[in-house]
Amino acid sequence: MSAQGRQSPTPGQTVGPFFGYALPYDGGNELVPPTRPDAIRLHGRVYDGAGDPVPDALIEVWQAAPDGSVPQAAGSLHRDGYTFTGWGRAATDRTGHYQFSTLRPGGATPYFAITVFARGLLDRLFTRAYLPGSAPAQWPSLAAAADDRGFVFDIRLQGEGETVFLSYTQD
Amino acid sequence: MSQLASQADLSAEIDAISKEYEAAGALPDFRAETNTRLDYPPYRSSVLRHPTKAPQQADPEGIELWAPVFGQRDVDPLESDLTIQHRGEPIGERMVVTGRVTDGDGRPVRHQLVEIWQANAGGRYIHQRDQHPAAIDPHFTGMGRCLTDADGTYSFTTIKPGPYPWKNHHNAWRPAHIHFSLFGTEFTQRLITQMYFPGDPLFALDPIYQSIVDPAARERLVATYDHDVTTHEWATGYRWDIVLSGSHRTPHEEDVA
Repeated sequence: MSAQGRQSPTPGQTVGPFFGYALPYDGGNELVPPTRPDAIRLHGRVYDGAGDPVPDALIEVWQAAPDGSVPQAAGSLHRDGYTFTGWGRAATDRTGHYQFSTLRPGGATPYFAITVFARGLLDRLFTRAYLPGSAPAQWPSLAAAADDRGFVFDIRLQGEGETVFLSYTQD
Repeated sequence: MSQLASQADLSAEIDAISKEYEAAGALPDFRAETNTRLDYPPYRSSVLRHPTKAPQQADPEGIELWAPVFGQRDVDPLESDLTIQHRGEPIGERMVVTGRVTDGDGRPVRHQLVEIWQANAGGRYIHQRDQHPAAIDPHFTGMGRCLTDADGTYSFTTIKPGPYPWKNHHNAWRPAHIHFSLFGTEFTQRLITQMYFPGDPLFALDPIYQSIVDPAARERLVATYDHDVTTHEWATGYRWDIVLSGSHRTPHEEDVA
């Protein structure tokens, strides 16, 4: 597609400090009930450039179903406990920790697509958390680590071990 | 920084960045910045929260070429009216804000989720961390949701928010704004931003608004007063269209506007 005729996008702005009463919702981080036998946990901490946890970040996840299919069912905001919508939202807690209960994503190179918002972060950031062994050679740091109930993926906004963030090619 | 900067100091920082950008505009290889800067020191909270490395270019694949689906199950139509969430009428200027959500190729983003949140008419958020000593309005929460229609149009009825003070620097005030959260037809189009009101005297003083250094780009965040949206003896009307980034999927014929 040529650039001609393409409209200039509306710029982003920070999510600010006061999203807590508006964006998070009950069940937002439970793509499946954590009690489900095949539920896994995707979790981690968000850190700033001083290595301090970020207690006012918002993390969204979007992923394939275990069979690799793309979920296209509504219901993320009012979950029925059975329908897998593939999308979730979690605010970090006082320790900068976020968590999701979900299913293992399928597909050839399975990953969780992640969006990061925070007070102090002027626009959203995109990244991917690959399942262990699936990260491409150029981004080894985007592999999540396995733990006893799922995967750990920490997000470092700045500095040592800064997370690789992605920008999507437009052409 | 032990002492808070004054507005004059802060404005000088904003001005220096702005002049640097203007000067770059005269160079032959200049490309206008369409996005918000992540590294914008006048917004103090950004100093330790912006990546220092440029983002890696990725070809969107698989799940990224799709967006989550929201539907009637998710959103009650009444959630688009922020003035009826309590037993009484909220204080302030009742207004309708409406517009279209399209992608960068002009295609409407249909039946997709739009979320908003905002301060009340006095500039106070219901959020417990908001310490601004302005009145809480018991009849206003300041959070709404809707789905766009088949034409990509959203509409909210709400109260015009007030400006409010914050702690970025001494005597810092945010221009009145409504936070918007948007999804497109692809994951890559996810956007959270703020809508402003025309002619706000605080624009030049605000490091968040000014973090979009290109004047034409930041004006895209300013709504237009529209008397055709205003309704007789009921509410004023503002129009604000939102353009998401272009899509990567091959468009279906029915998607073309």
